[in-house]
Amino acid sequence: MKEKTLTENVKEDPAQEVDFTRAGAWLGFRQSIPVALSVFAYGLVFGVLAKQANLSFLEAFLMSVLVFAGASQFTALGLWVTPLPALTIILTTFIINLRHILMGASLYPYIRQLKALPRNIILYFMSDESWALTIGQFQQGKRNGAFLLGSGIALGFGWWGSTVAGYLLGNLIEHPERLGLDFAFLAVFIALLVAQWQGRKSILPWIGAGLVAVAASFWLPGKWYILLGGLAGSLAGALFNDD
Amino acid sequence: MTINPEILLIILGMAAVTYLTRWLGPFLMSRVNLSKKVEAWLGYLPGTILVSLVLPDLIRSGATGIIAGFASLVAARLSGNLFLALVVGVVTVWAGRSLLG
Repeated sequence: MKEKTLTENVKEDPAQEVDFTRAGAWLGFRQSIPVALSVFAYGLVFGVLAKQANLSFLEAFLMSVLVFAGASQFTALGLWVTPLPALTIILTTFIINLRHILMGASLYPYIRQLKALPRNIILYFMSDESWALTIGQFQQGKRNGAFLLGSGIALGFGWWGSTVAGYLLGNLIEHPERLGLDFAFLAVFIALLVAQWQGRKSILPWIGAGLVAVAASFWLPGKWYILLGGLAGSLAGALFNDD
Repeated sequence: MTINPEILLIILGMAAVTYLTRWLGPFLMSRVNLSKKVEAWLGYLPGTILVSLVLPDLIRSGATGIIAGFASLVAARLSGNLFLALVVGVVTVWAGRSLLG
C-alpha cells in the first residue's frame, strides 16, 4: 500500500518532485555514520588481505575507490594468483554485483525525475547499505536524491580509509566479530525491513523471498541469493496478490 | 607507489562492470512502461531484497545472532529509530559472544 501510493505520487503529485540539495546530502551522511564505522572495521580486513595478496598500496586504494563494492573486492583477492585470471576476476565481479540491478530498479520511481548527471553520480554510491537507507527515506516521502550521495560518501570514507589503514597499519581491530560490529549491517537491514511490512499482502512475497534466498545461499556461490530471493518474492507478490 | 598496468586494467574492468550493475536497473526501468503491475512489482522489491539480505545471514549467525536480530526488530518496531536498533543488535551480539566465548 505504502510503496504503491508513493510511486503513484510521482505521476500524480507534481509537488512530490525529487529534490537534490546539500541538506539532503548532509542528512544522508549523518544517518550513515554508524554504518560507516562498521564498514571501517570490515574494510581493515580488506586492506590487510590486499597487502598479503601483493597488491601495491596504490592498487589496493584504487580498487576500493573505483570498484567500491566489498563482497566482490574480497572475492577478487581470493582469485588473485599469478598469472592473474583477468577475465575471471572481472566476470566474477559482475556476477556478484548483479543484485545492484534489482536495487537500482526499486529506486527508479523515486529518482527518475533527477537530471541524468546527478542520477548517474549517485548510482555510483549505491552499495547494499546506502541503498537500504535511501529507499527507507524515500518511502517516508523524504525524497532527496542527494541523500544517497551523502550516505555513499560516509560509507566511502569508511571503506577507503579502512583500506588505507588496514594496508599500512595492519588489522587494528583484531576480532571485529567479537565486538559484534559485523552485526551492525544486519541490524540496520532488519530495522529497515520492519518499515516494509504491509500486513497480509507482504506474507506471500516475503515467504517466497526467504525460501528462495535461503535455498540459493546454500546451493549457489557468491551473492546470487540476494538477486534470486528478491526477484522471486517480488514477482510472486506482483503476480498473485490483488494490487 | 607503483601500479602494474595489467592490474590497473583489471581494476578498471572491475569498476566498469560494477558501475554497470548500479546503472542498469534505473536504465532498464526507464525503458519499461510503468503499468500498474510493474509498479506493484517495484513496490514489493525493497521488502523482498531486504528479506533476502537478512535471512540467510541470520540463520547462519547462531542462537546469539537470532536473539540479537529479534532484539533489533523489537527496538525498531517500538522506537522507529534506526540507530537504536543498530546499537541494541550490536550490544546483544557483543554480550552474547562475550558470555559464550
